Amino acid sequence: MGDNVNDIRDAIIIGSGPAGLTAAIYTARANMAPLVIEGEPSSTSDQPGGQLMLTTDVENFPGFPEGIMGPELMMNFRSQASRFGAEFITSKVTSVDFSARPFTVWVGEETYQARTVIISTGAQSLMLGLPNEDRLLGHGLSTCATCDGFFFRDQEIAVVGGGDSAVEEATFLTRFASKVYLIHRRNELRASKIMRERALSNPKLEILWNTQVVEIQGDEKLSGVVLEDTTTNAQRSLSVQGLFIAIGHRPNTDLFRDQLELKENGYLVTEPNSSETQVPGIFACGDVQDDYYRQAITAAGSGCMAAIDAERWLEEHST
Amino acid sequence: MAEGITDLDMDSFDEAISSSDTPILVDFWAEWCGPCKMIAPILEEIASEHEGIKIAKVNVDESPDLARRYEIMSIPALIVFENGLPAKKLIGAKPKGALLEEIGEFL
Repeated sequence: MGDNVNDIRDAIIIGSGPAGLTAAIYTARANMAPLVIEGEPSSTSDQPGGQLMLTTDVENFPGFPEGIMGPELMMNFRSQASRFGAEFITSKVTSVDFSARPFTVWVGEETYQARTVIISTGAQSLMLGLPNEDRLLGHGLSTCATCDGFFFRDQEIAVVGGGDSAVEEATFLTRFASKVYLIHRRNELRASKIMRERALSNPKLEILWNTQVVEIQGDEKLSGVVLEDTTTNAQRSLSVQGLFIAIGHRPNTDLFRDQLELKENGYLVTEPNSSETQVPGIFACGDVQDDYYRQAITAAGSGCMAAIDAERWLEEHST
Repeated sequence: MAEGITDLDMDSFDEAISSSDTPILVDFWAEWCGPCKMIAPILEEIASEHEGIKIAKVNVDESPDLARRYEIMSIPALIVFENGLPAKKLIGAKPKGALLEEIGEFL
Protein backbone atom coordinates (compact mmCIF):
# COMPACT_ATOMS: atom_id res chain seq x y z
CA MET A 1 0.00 0.00 0.00
CA GLY A 2 1.34 3.42 -0.90
CA ASP A 3 0.74 5.00 2.47
CA ASN A 4 1.78 8.49 3.18
CA VAL A 5 1.81 10.48 6.35
CA ASN A 6 -1.64 11.92 5.71
CA ASP A 7 -3.53 8.62 5.77
CA ILE A 8 -5.20 8.54 9.15
CA ARG A 9 -6.32 5.09 10.16
CA ASP A 10 -8.98 3.99 12.59
CA ALA A 11 -6.63 1.69 14.50
CA ILE A 12 -2.97 0.84 14.84
CA ILE A 13 -2.11 -2.27 16.84
CA ILE A 14 1.41 -2.50 18.25
CA GLY A 15 2.47 -6.10 18.89
CA SER A 16 1.23 -9.42 17.55
CA GLY A 17 0.87 -12.05 20.27
CA PRO A 18 -2.52 -13.55 21.18
CA ALA A 19 -3.73 -10.14 22.45
CA GLY A 20 -2.71 -8.05 19.45
CA LEU A 21 -3.90 -10.58 16.88
CA THR A 22 -7.27 -11.04 18.59
CA ALA A 23 -7.65 -7.26 18.62
CA ALA A 24 -6.73 -7.36 14.90
CA ILE A 25 -9.41 -9.98 14.14
CA TYR A 26 -12.10 -7.99 15.97
CA THR A 27 -11.17 -4.55 14.64
CA ALA A 28 -10.82 -5.92 11.11
CA ARG A 29 -14.29 -7.47 11.32
CA ALA A 30 -15.58 -4.11 12.57
CA ASN A 31 -14.27 -2.52 9.33
CA MET A 32 -11.60 -0.54 11.15
CA ALA A 33 -8.88 -1.77 8.72
CA PRO A 34 -6.26 -2.14 11.47
CA LEU A 35 -2.55 -1.76 10.80
CA VAL A 36 -0.63 -4.30 12.89
CA ILE A 37 3.00 -3.38 13.53
CA GLU A 38 3.97 -6.89 14.46
CA GLY A 39 7.61 -6.64 15.53
CA GLU A 40 10.82 -8.06 14.10
CA PRO A 41 12.12 -11.62 13.87
CA SER A 42 14.43 -12.56 16.73
CA SER A 43 15.24 -15.66 18.73
CA THR A 44 13.81 -14.21 21.92
CA SER A 45 10.15 -13.90 22.91
CA ASP A 46 10.23 -10.32 21.58
CA GLN A 47 9.17 -11.30 18.04
CA PRO A 48 6.06 -11.51 15.84
CA GLY A 49 3.68 -14.02 17.42
CA GLY A 50 5.16 -13.40 20.87
CA GLN A 51 6.07 -15.87 23.56
CA LEU A 52 4.14 -18.79 22.05
CA MET A 53 6.59 -18.78 19.11
CA LEU A 54 9.09 -20.37 21.50
CA THR A 55 6.85 -23.11 22.85
CA THR A 56 5.93 -26.55 21.56
CA ASP A 57 2.65 -28.12 22.64
CA VAL A 58 0.07 -25.68 23.95
CA GLU A 59 -2.22 -27.95 25.95
CA ASN A 60 -4.49 -25.44 27.66
CA PHE A 61 -5.80 -23.30 24.80
CA PRO A 62 -9.51 -24.18 24.46
CA GLY A 63 -10.61 -25.65 21.16
CA PHE A 64 -7.62 -27.92 20.63
CA PRO A 65 -8.36 -31.15 22.51
CA GLU A 66 -5.10 -32.75 21.32
CA GLY A 67 -3.05 -29.57 21.90
CA ILE A 68 -1.46 -27.44 19.21
CA MET A 69 2.09 -26.24 18.52
CA GLY A 70 2.67 -22.65 19.70
CA PRO A 71 4.01 -21.32 16.36
CA GLU A 72 1.17 -23.01 14.48
CA LEU A 73 -1.44 -21.47 16.79
CA MET A 74 0.04 -18.02 16.23
CA MET A 75 0.21 -18.49 12.44
CA ASN A 76 -3.50 -19.39 12.62
CA PHE A 77 -4.28 -16.23 14.60
CA ARG A 78 -2.39 -14.20 12.01
CA SER A 79 -4.08 -15.70 8.96
CA GLN A 80 -7.47 -15.22 10.59
CA ALA A 81 -6.69 -11.52 11.06
CA SER A 82 -5.38 -11.25 7.46
CA ARG A 83 -8.52 -12.89 6.13
CA PHE A 84 -10.58 -9.97 7.43
CA GLY A 85 -8.25 -7.33 6.05
CA ALA A 86 -5.76 -6.59 8.82
CA GLU A 87 -2.56 -5.19 7.34
CA PHE A 88 0.87 -6.12 8.73
CA ILE A 89 4.24 -4.42 8.97
CA THR A 90 7.09 -6.66 10.14
CA SER A 91 9.02 -4.01 12.04
CA LYS A 92 9.40 -2.59 15.49
CA VAL A 93 7.91 0.72 16.51
CA THR A 94 10.69 3.18 17.28
CA SER A 95 8.68 5.91 18.99
CA VAL A 96 5.15 7.14 19.63
CA ASP A 97 3.40 10.43 20.32
CA PHE A 98 0.14 10.06 22.25
CA SER A 99 -0.01 13.73 23.30
CA ALA A 100 -1.78 14.94 20.15
CA ARG A 101 -4.57 13.56 17.97
CA PRO A 102 -4.45 11.74 15.69
CA PHE A 103 -1.87 9.63 17.51
CA THR A 104 1.46 9.15 15.77
CA VAL A 105 3.59 6.03 15.61
CA TRP A 106 7.05 5.96 14.00
CA VAL A 107 8.77 2.96 12.49
CA GLY A 108 12.22 4.32 11.66
CA GLU A 109 11.61 7.05 9.08
CA GLU A 110 8.03 6.01 8.38
CA THR A 111 5.17 7.82 10.11
CA TYR A 112 1.77 6.27 10.78
CA GLN A 113 -1.25 7.98 12.29
CA ALA A 114 -4.48 6.66 13.78
CA ARG A 115 -7.49 7.69 15.81
CA THR A 116 -6.99 4.79 18.23
CA VAL A 117 -3.94 2.75 19.21
CA ILE A 118 -4.05 -0.68 20.82
CA ILE A 119 -0.87 -1.61 22.69
CA SER A 120 -0.09 -5.32 22.92
CA THR A 121 3.70 -5.41 23.06
CA GLY A 122 3.78 -8.19 25.65
CA ALA A 123 6.73 -9.09 27.82
CA GLN A 124 10.17 -10.45 27.06
CA SER A 125 12.45 -12.94 28.77
CA LEU A 126 14.94 -11.66 31.29
CA MET A 127 18.60 -12.59 30.96
CA LEU A 128 20.99 -13.26 33.85
CA GLY A 129 23.14 -10.22 33.09
CA LEU A 130 26.42 -12.10 33.65
CA PRO A 131 29.66 -11.71 31.67
CA ASN A 132 29.99 -14.21 28.76
CA GLU A 133 26.21 -14.38 28.40
CA ASP A 134 26.04 -12.56 25.04
CA ARG A 135 29.16 -14.25 23.70
CA LEU A 136 27.96 -17.79 24.45
CA LEU A 137 24.39 -17.24 23.25
CA GLY A 138 23.89 -19.82 20.52
CA HIS A 139 27.02 -21.67 21.62
CA GLY A 140 25.48 -23.70 24.41
CA LEU A 141 23.52 -20.89 26.00
CA SER A 142 19.95 -20.62 24.81
CA THR A 143 16.73 -18.70 25.33
CA CYS A 144 14.68 -21.15 23.23
CA ALA A 145 14.39 -24.72 24.53
CA THR A 146 12.11 -25.76 21.68
CA CYS A 147 14.58 -24.46 19.06
CA ASP A 148 17.75 -25.80 20.59
CA GLY A 149 16.91 -28.79 22.81
CA PHE A 150 17.45 -31.10 19.83
CA PHE A 151 21.18 -30.29 19.79
CA PHE A 152 21.75 -31.54 23.34
CA ARG A 153 20.86 -35.18 22.83
CA ASP A 154 22.48 -37.36 25.52
CA GLN A 155 24.24 -34.37 27.09
CA GLU A 156 23.96 -32.83 30.54
CA ILE A 157 22.32 -29.43 30.63
CA ALA A 158 20.77 -26.96 33.07
CA VAL A 159 17.74 -24.69 33.16
CA VAL A 160 17.70 -21.57 35.36
CA GLY A 161 14.39 -20.53 36.94
CA GLY A 162 11.47 -21.82 38.99
CA GLY A 163 8.28 -20.61 37.34
CA ASP A 164 6.01 -22.34 34.84
CA SER A 165 8.20 -21.66 31.84
CA ALA A 166 11.37 -22.92 33.54
CA VAL A 167 9.70 -26.11 34.74
CA GLU A 168 8.05 -26.65 31.36
CA GLU A 169 11.37 -26.17 29.55
CA ALA A 170 13.23 -28.46 31.94
CA THR A 171 10.60 -31.17 31.49
CA PHE A 172 10.65 -30.74 27.70
CA LEU A 173 14.46 -30.91 27.59
CA THR A 174 14.50 -34.33 29.31
CA ARG A 175 13.28 -35.69 25.94
CA PHE A 176 16.76 -35.03 24.57
CA ALA A 177 19.27 -34.58 27.37
CA SER A 178 20.61 -37.41 29.54
CA LYS A 179 20.24 -35.17 32.59
CA VAL A 180 18.63 -31.81 33.26
CA TYR A 181 19.44 -29.71 36.32
CA LEU A 182 16.86 -27.12 37.28
CA ILE A 183 18.67 -24.32 39.09
CA HIS A 184 16.35 -22.40 41.36
CA ARG A 185 17.25 -19.77 43.93
CA ARG A 186 14.37 -20.59 46.30
CA ASN A 187 13.39 -23.77 48.13
CA GLU A 188 10.08 -24.21 46.35
CA LEU A 189 8.82 -23.87 42.79
CA ARG A 190 6.47 -21.08 41.73
CA ALA A 191 5.18 -23.23 38.87
CA SER A 192 1.61 -24.54 38.80
CA LYS A 193 0.80 -27.79 40.60
CA ILE A 194 0.56 -29.91 37.44
CA MET A 195 3.95 -28.66 36.19
CA ARG A 196 5.55 -29.15 39.63
CA GLU A 197 4.35 -32.73 39.86
CA ARG A 198 5.62 -33.51 36.37
CA ALA A 199 9.02 -32.12 37.26
CA LEU A 200 9.33 -33.80 40.65
CA SER A 201 8.44 -37.22 39.23
CA ASN A 202 10.79 -36.98 36.24
CA PRO A 203 13.82 -39.25 36.84
CA LYS A 204 16.08 -37.28 34.46
CA LEU A 205 15.41 -33.99 36.22
CA GLU A 206 17.28 -32.88 39.32
CA ILE A 207 16.32 -29.69 41.09
CA LEU A 208 19.12 -27.71 42.71
CA TRP A 209 17.32 -25.73 45.42
CA ASN A 210 18.54 -22.44 46.92
CA THR A 211 21.04 -22.12 44.13
CA GLN A 212 21.97 -19.37 41.71
CA VAL A 213 24.31 -19.06 38.76
CA VAL A 214 27.13 -16.59 39.45
CA GLU A 215 29.39 -17.33 36.49
CA ILE A 216 29.04 -18.77 32.99
CA GLN A 217 32.12 -20.56 31.70
CA GLY A 218 33.38 -21.53 28.26
CA ASP A 219 35.67 -20.33 25.47
CA GLU A 220 34.26 -21.38 22.07
CA LYS A 221 31.36 -23.23 23.64
CA LEU A 222 29.70 -23.23 27.02
CA SER A 223 31.46 -25.68 29.33
CA GLY A 224 29.86 -25.11 32.71
CA VAL A 225 28.61 -22.75 35.36
CA VAL A 226 29.66 -21.66 38.83
CA LEU A 227 26.82 -22.04 41.31
CA GLU A 228 26.32 -20.36 44.66
CA ASP A 229 24.21 -21.69 47.51
CA THR A 230 21.91 -18.81 48.47
CA THR A 231 21.84 -19.85 52.14
CA THR A 232 25.54 -20.57 52.78
CA ASN A 233 27.16 -18.63 49.89
CA ALA A 234 29.28 -21.71 49.20
CA GLN A 235 30.36 -21.95 45.55
CA ARG A 236 30.88 -24.95 43.31
CA SER A 237 31.30 -25.71 39.62
CA LEU A 238 28.85 -27.70 37.55
CA SER A 239 29.90 -29.02 34.17
CA VAL A 240 27.08 -28.70 31.59
CA GLN A 241 27.06 -28.42 27.79
CA GLY A 242 23.86 -26.44 27.63
CA LEU A 243 22.27 -23.68 29.71
CA PHE A 244 18.70 -22.50 29.19
CA ILE A 245 17.47 -19.32 30.83
CA ALA A 246 13.86 -18.96 31.99
CA ILE A 247 13.96 -16.57 34.93
CA GLY A 248 10.90 -14.53 34.11
CA HIS A 249 9.78 -11.62 32.02
CA ARG A 250 9.67 -7.87 31.91
CA PRO A 251 6.96 -5.91 30.09
CA ASN A 252 7.87 -4.18 26.83
CA THR A 253 6.87 -0.70 27.93
CA ASP A 254 10.04 1.33 27.28
CA LEU A 255 8.33 3.05 24.33
CA PHE A 256 5.53 4.35 26.51
CA ARG A 257 7.46 5.33 29.62
CA ASP A 258 6.98 9.08 29.20
CA GLN A 259 3.45 8.97 27.81
CA LEU A 260 1.42 6.48 29.83
CA GLU A 261 1.20 5.57 33.48
CA LEU A 262 3.21 2.49 34.45
CA LYS A 263 3.02 0.39 37.60
CA GLU A 264 6.12 0.17 39.76
CA ASN A 265 7.05 -3.11 38.08
CA GLY A 266 6.86 -1.49 34.64
CA TYR A 267 3.50 -2.88 33.49
CA LEU A 268 0.97 -0.52 31.88
CA VAL A 269 -1.91 0.66 34.03
CA THR A 270 -5.41 0.07 32.63
CA GLU A 271 -8.79 1.00 34.12
CA PRO A 272 -10.50 -1.80 36.10
CA ASN A 273 -12.52 -4.14 33.84
CA SER A 274 -11.45 -2.21 30.78
CA SER A 275 -8.54 -1.86 28.38
CA GLU A 276 -8.48 1.94 28.66
CA THR A 277 -5.24 3.67 29.57
CA GLN A 278 -5.09 7.20 31.00
CA VAL A 279 -5.02 8.61 27.47
CA PRO A 280 -8.49 8.41 25.88
CA GLY A 281 -8.21 6.49 22.59
CA ILE A 282 -5.16 4.46 23.69
CA PHE A 283 -5.96 0.93 24.82
CA ALA A 284 -3.75 -1.85 26.18
CA CYS A 285 -4.20 -5.62 26.29
CA GLY A 286 -2.27 -8.81 26.97
CA ASP A 287 0.86 -9.31 29.05
CA VAL A 288 1.99 -5.69 28.73
CA GLN A 289 -0.74 -4.78 31.24
CA ASP A 290 -1.18 -8.13 33.01
CA ASP A 291 1.31 -9.11 35.70
CA TYR A 292 -1.01 -11.69 37.21
CA TYR A 293 -2.70 -14.16 34.81
CA ARG A 294 -0.28 -14.02 31.84
CA GLN A 295 -1.96 -16.74 29.78
CA ALA A 296 -2.52 -16.90 26.02
CA ILE A 297 -6.26 -17.17 26.56
CA THR A 298 -6.47 -14.20 28.95
CA ALA A 299 -4.31 -12.19 26.53
CA ALA A 300 -6.68 -13.09 23.68
CA GLY A 301 -9.68 -12.18 25.83
CA SER A 302 -8.21 -8.81 26.71
CA GLY A 303 -7.39 -8.24 23.02
CA CYS A 304 -11.07 -8.68 22.25
CA MET A 305 -11.92 -6.18 25.01
CA ALA A 306 -9.48 -3.63 23.59
CA ALA A 307 -10.95 -3.98 20.09
CA ILE A 308 -14.50 -3.47 21.36
CA ASP A 309 -13.40 -0.56 23.58
CA ALA A 310 -11.64 1.06 20.61
CA GLU A 311 -14.62 0.54 18.31
CA ARG A 312 -17.06 2.09 20.81
CA TRP A 313 -14.70 4.95 21.55
CA LEU A 314 -14.46 5.73 17.82
CA GLU A 315 -18.26 5.66 17.48
CA GLU A 316 -18.67 8.06 20.38
CA HIS A 317 -15.98 10.41 19.12
CA SER A 318 -16.64 10.44 15.37
CA THR A 319 -18.04 13.67 14.05
CA MET B 1 9.93 -24.89 -2.07
CA ALA B 2 10.36 -21.22 -2.91
CA GLU B 3 11.94 -19.97 -6.12
CA GLY B 4 15.67 -19.94 -5.88
CA ILE B 5 15.92 -21.81 -2.57
CA THR B 6 17.32 -25.34 -2.79
CA ASP B 7 16.76 -28.02 -0.18
CA LEU B 8 20.02 -29.78 0.60
CA ASP B 9 20.64 -32.98 2.53
CA MET B 10 23.60 -35.25 3.33
CA ASP B 11 23.65 -36.61 -0.25
CA SER B 12 23.48 -33.30 -2.10
CA PHE B 13 25.25 -30.93 0.28
CA ASP B 14 28.96 -31.31 -0.55
CA GLU B 15 28.46 -31.26 -4.30
CA ALA B 16 26.24 -28.16 -4.12
CA ILE B 17 28.67 -26.26 -1.89
CA SER B 18 31.87 -27.15 -3.73
CA SER B 19 30.51 -26.59 -7.24
CA SER B 20 28.98 -23.18 -6.57
CA ASP B 21 30.67 -20.24 -8.27
CA THR B 22 28.87 -17.76 -6.01
CA PRO B 23 28.59 -17.64 -2.22
CA ILE B 24 25.85 -19.88 -0.80
CA LEU B 25 23.93 -18.99 2.33
CA VAL B 26 22.67 -22.15 4.03
CA ASP B 27 19.75 -21.89 6.44
CA PHE B 28 19.80 -24.67 9.06
CA TRP B 29 16.21 -24.99 10.26
CA ALA B 30 13.53 -27.35 11.59
CA GLU B 31 9.77 -27.61 11.51
CA TRP B 32 9.50 -27.15 15.31
CA CYS B 33 11.49 -23.90 15.42
CA GLY B 34 9.24 -20.81 15.57
CA PRO B 35 11.95 -18.21 14.83
CA CYS B 36 13.01 -20.31 11.78
CA LYS B 37 9.52 -19.88 10.35
CA MET B 38 9.70 -16.13 10.84
CA ILE B 39 12.88 -15.73 8.78
CA ALA B 40 11.85 -18.12 5.98
CA PRO B 41 9.92 -15.43 4.03
CA ILE B 42 12.83 -12.99 4.49
CA LEU B 43 15.23 -15.49 2.93
CA GLU B 44 12.82 -16.00 0.04
CA GLU B 45 12.82 -12.25 -0.57
CA ILE B 46 16.61 -12.06 -0.43
CA ALA B 47 16.85 -15.01 -2.84
CA SER B 48 14.66 -13.25 -5.38
CA GLU B 49 16.21 -9.80 -4.93
CA HIS B 50 19.92 -10.69 -4.91
CA GLU B 51 21.47 -12.70 -7.72
CA GLY B 52 24.97 -12.62 -6.31
CA ILE B 53 24.21 -15.13 -3.57
CA LYS B 54 22.48 -18.51 -3.63
CA ILE B 55 20.29 -19.62 -0.77
CA ALA B 56 19.81 -23.19 0.39
CA LYS B 57 18.16 -24.91 3.34
CA VAL B 58 19.12 -27.87 5.48
CA ASN B 59 16.49 -29.49 7.68
CA VAL B 60 18.46 -30.46 10.81
CA ASP B 61 15.90 -33.13 11.71
CA GLU B 62 16.56 -34.91 8.42
CA SER B 63 20.28 -34.15 8.25
CA PRO B 64 21.59 -34.17 11.84
CA ASP B 65 25.08 -35.11 10.58
CA LEU B 66 25.37 -31.81 8.74
CA ALA B 67 24.27 -29.90 11.84
CA ARG B 68 26.91 -31.77 13.84
CA ARG B 69 29.63 -31.16 11.23
CA TYR B 70 29.12 -27.39 11.52
CA GLU B 71 28.70 -27.50 15.32
CA ILE B 72 25.24 -26.04 15.26
CA MET B 73 23.78 -25.69 18.76
CA SER B 74 21.06 -23.19 18.04
CA ILE B 75 18.72 -22.53 15.13
CA PRO B 76 18.00 -20.70 12.96
CA ALA B 77 21.70 -20.77 12.03
CA LEU B 78 22.85 -19.28 8.76
CA ILE B 79 26.24 -20.16 7.33
CA VAL B 80 27.64 -18.43 4.25
CA PHE B 81 29.96 -20.72 2.24
CA GLU B 82 32.48 -19.17 -0.11
CA ASN B 83 34.74 -21.27 -2.33
CA GLY B 84 33.39 -24.35 -0.60
CA LEU B 85 34.30 -23.20 2.91
CA PRO B 86 32.27 -21.61 5.71
CA ALA B 87 33.02 -17.89 5.67
CA LYS B 88 30.46 -16.55 8.11
CA LYS B 89 28.06 -17.99 10.68
CA LEU B 90 25.04 -16.12 12.00
CA ILE B 91 22.90 -17.42 14.83
CA GLY B 92 19.33 -16.50 15.67
CA ALA B 93 16.50 -14.85 13.77
CA LYS B 94 17.09 -11.26 12.63
CA PRO B 95 15.08 -8.67 10.74
CA LYS B 96 15.79 -8.33 7.03
CA GLY B 97 17.80 -5.12 7.28
CA ALA B 98 20.13 -6.52 9.93
CA LEU B 99 20.56 -9.74 7.99
CA LEU B 100 21.42 -7.92 4.75
CA GLU B 101 23.96 -5.85 6.63
CA GLU B 102 25.61 -8.99 8.04
CA ILE B 103 25.87 -10.68 4.65
CA GLY B 104 26.54 -7.47 2.68
CA GLU B 105 30.09 -8.47 1.78
CA PHE B 106 28.80 -11.53 -0.09
CA LEU B 107 26.05 -9.87 -2.12
